[in-house]
Amino acid sequence: MSREPAVTPELAREHGLTDDEYATALKAIGRTPSFPELGVLSVMWSEHCSYKSSRVHLKRLPTKGPRVIHGPGENAGVVDIGDGWAVVFKMESHNHPSFIEPYQGAGTGVGGILRDVFTMGARPVAVMDSLRFGEPSHPRTPGLLRGVVAGIAGYGNAFGVPTVGGEVQFDAAYNGNILVNAFALGLCRSDRLFLGQAKGVGNPILYVGARTGRDGIHGATMASAEFEEGEEAERPTVQVGDPFMEKLLLEGCLEIFAAGVLEGIQDMGAAGLTSSTVEMASRAGNGVELWLDRLPRRAKHLTPYEILLSESQERMIMVARAGEEQRVLDICAKWDLDAQVVGRVTDTGRFVVRATPGYDPLSGAPWPDDPPVVVDLPVDLLTDAAPVYTRPCVDDPRLTDRYGVDATGLAFDPRSDLLELLSAPNVGSRAWIYRQYDHIVRDGTMVRPGAGDAAVVRLYCEDERGRREKLIAMSSDCNGRFCELDPRTGAAMAVAEACRNLACVGAAPIGLTDCLNFGNPQRPEIMAQFRDAIDGIADACKALGVPVVSGNVSLYNETTEQGGPRAVLPTPTIGAVGLFEKVSDVVGAGFRTAGDHVFVLGPHGDDRLGGSEWLTRRTGRVCGRPPSIDLAAEAALQSLLVRAAREGLLASAHDCAEGGLLVALAEACILGQSGAVVSLPAEYAVTPGGLFGEDPSRVVVSVTPYVLELFSRRVAEAGVPCAFLGRVGGASLSLEGVASWGLDEMREAHASALDEIVGR
Amino acid sequence: MRAVVIQFPGSNADFDALHTLRDVVGVETSYVFHKTPTLPAGTDLVVLPGGFSYGDYLRCGAIARFAPVMADVRRHVERGGLLLGICNGFQILTEAGLLPGALTRNAHLRFECRDVLVRVDADGPFTQDLRGRVLRLPIAHAEGRYQADEATLQSLESKSLVAFRYVPAAAPDARLPANPNGSLHDIAGLYGGPRRNVLGLMPHPERMAEPILGGTDGRLLFHSAVRAALAR
Repeated sequence: MSREPAVTPELAREHGLTDDEYATALKAIGRTPSFPELGVLSVMWSEHCSYKSSRVHLKRLPTKGPRVIHGPGENAGVVDIGDGWAVVFKMESHNHPSFIEPYQGAGTGVGGILRDVFTMGARPVAVMDSLRFGEPSHPRTPGLLRGVVAGIAGYGNAFGVPTVGGEVQFDAAYNGNILVNAFALGLCRSDRLFLGQAKGVGNPILYVGARTGRDGIHGATMASAEFEEGEEAERPTVQVGDPFMEKLLLEGCLEIFAAGVLEGIQDMGAAGLTSSTVEMASRAGNGVELWLDRLPRRAKHLTPYEILLSESQERMIMVARAGEEQRVLDICAKWDLDAQVVGRVTDTGRFVVRATPGYDPLSGAPWPDDPPVVVDLPVDLLTDAAPVYTRPCVDDPRLTDRYGVDATGLAFDPRSDLLELLSAPNVGSRAWIYRQYDHIVRDGTMVRPGAGDAAVVRLYCEDERGRREKLIAMSSDCNGRFCELDPRTGAAMAVAEACRNLACVGAAPIGLTDCLNFGNPQRPEIMAQFRDAIDGIADACKALGVPVVSGNVSLYNETTEQGGPRAVLPTPTIGAVGLFEKVSDVVGAGFRTAGDHVFVLGPHGDDRLGGSEWLTRRTGRVCGRPPSIDLAAEAALQSLLVRAAREGLLASAHDCAEGGLLVALAEACILGQSGAVVSLPAEYAVTPGGLFGEDPSRVVVSVTPYVLELFSRRVAEAGVPCAFLGRVGGASLSLEGVASWGLDEMREAHASALDEIVGR
Repeated sequence: MRAVVIQFPGSNADFDALHTLRDVVGVETSYVFHKTPTLPAGTDLVVLPGGFSYGDYLRCGAIARFAPVMADVRRHVERGGLLLGICNGFQILTEAGLLPGALTRNAHLRFECRDVLVRVDADGPFTQDLRGRVLRLPIAHAEGRYQADEATLQSLESKSLVAFRYVPAAAPDARLPANPNGSLHDIAGLYGGPRRNVLGLMPHPERMAEPILGGTDGRLLFHSAVRAALAR
């Protein structure tokens, strides 16, 4: 303890506190904080924990709905799926750690989001991963892709949760700052939810799970600063994952939940022990007192500062009812989990930490009596009174300069361009990735990755009340290029696409989670992107009637390069969850039967190429006027799809996304192992925009002739534009008067999409 | 008939096995925790499920063979009871010496999850009347490359103990080899035990037993086991 540095304004600055913030803290505390207190303040007031830049904007998101049991503010959102059951889900980023050490960074990202879900009492049953890497030719891209995918696989596969979906996009804007967003969904009884609350003065606080080490100290602070050159020096701050420990922790927690002895529970994630106990105290309006001498640890001579800031993985904090501690300890012993009473709930409203200077339980000496106080701070100073900023927003004045692009001189050949797009890393098969994930464990995966527009998972709901099956769909989406060119429209399109993917498989959306990845919020043009993206998400949520139930904000995703800062594409990733009425509603994306009629549903847009994969490949940059979206038309389209699915009118349905209409047709052929003979409707031109433009709100469907009349009636009732394209059949996709492509060559092109990065 | 699924710490396809046996095939099935010294009386079938027992940090399955429950599992086999090891369960059987050889890192060094085709190449309690039939079953493993010395392989072949072999699809996809992991002799599963009553296999029959999951080929093994148990 004597070696602890003296706390000075200089040291506070090194901890990421501004001079104003430090002055506020000094005034509130009434004295100079101790070194561990400074550490506690710095993590609790970090962007990552306090949401100080984003909070004022997040309030504009619609979070209410008839099925919402818990919205944002808990560890994850909870949505009712009927019959006494609920799904718990959230998406979270682990961007900076994954760039520094891709395997551990991505793996612990999965581990963290799994804990957020099971800390609420739910068993995780599905994971998705939304990934962004730099351009395929960038020297770091192959290693980062391999490491991240292996890390996700290494954690999720061993834990035993299927990774059923996700997405990946490559763009130069992510060269120096990749994105790793992990989504997890769990299943629980809606009357057996657990919250992160330190309820009941005098109740014991228990520490359960992995022992504390020095890994991940200041992870939350790292996540709250932009990258500088030499970021590899941050490596010691990356956490190391142990999925086996997490699996034991899950089973132990589920058994403790069932025993009915807990008042509250929270995982130790960002800012570890500090954040978990402070947040639990805050939610319950109580205080906590921690006894660090008793804390299970794996490293020698840990200081209070290190213990309070460690982000060692696979740890939980529980508040048990007084007298029930032994029950918790017994269940932990069954699952070979370390567990210890490390404090109690108080009525002081203060965060108090006691530790004996120089004492290390690993020495074998007994716990000393009456350890002195090393931290004594008001809980509300660390939570509600944390700084909130309304940061300046200024629209980037140069943005619209990028809209003016003359596409007439660009090389355009429908035949070779389609094969080029099918084999593009942003369009083609992701099989190299998802084959490394166990996507079928737990016997629930009905539509596997790559097989449909959204993953479909059967939930096995079983307890003493009986057994029943529920069917849900999930999808994650965001095209950062559209968000870059028009943040509000791009974000609305991300919500629309995620929900459209659910509608394509036949599910109605019941809730969203978001993971908002942006650059440095202290730059007004980044803050303007953030503000607009929030408005776009809100626009689409209102139009589609879907609430946001959980989320995460990741700022400072930028690098300092020569010529100034370079931010990632604004990437508000959306994870959407939908519910089916019955198994027969599930619709696949591939064509099924020769003779089926093929239509494109939805409005013909403006054939705009802005932000499209085709234009980005041709010009080497994200440019052009981006598509617009008519959210009322989108809502009508999605309602029609779900209704038609429920009435059994669709043989297949597939969204037009990256690569536009022609790529969607080709994908429906590849997935269905069937050709099609089609011609373009009158309003579509044989131009790059007509074939490869990425206007939203369009879905390619196939319909068996027997139900054409019923289908047409529903289309007319819905008022959704519908154009006949042709018929399913043959061994090639033939676009009359333009070109034709053999199934084999399309399949091979599609399958080779990641070859240029990871080899065959 | 009565079946049990052993839960080692880190088992994660324990639910898959329980669900398929109990809910799909209709067999009375329960979990048995690894610290339990004895199997329930009247156990006909023991399943060692997939997963990462004890984290698989040393070698896959290397620690599980020391679990307290394993002594009684051996007695169950000696009595002629059925024992099925799926994926990590197969790895445990080889580590425990209940089946010969070893399962090592896939030749391409990655975890792989996809459907494969396997041909039934041997008769036994789990494959009655199925010999020659090609089944589509999923795999999900990083260590499934079967290896053994030449004498062992010859012995397995001459005694017709190779239960399942990876075979190519009718229209082969050149990008995906029929043999997904480099196993010698394309071995996907083996019989052993005093009465061919032990079966280990890398593919997951319990994940391909319902139409909703994409097929029902895996159900055949469990139906065969039910017949065998009823015949005893």
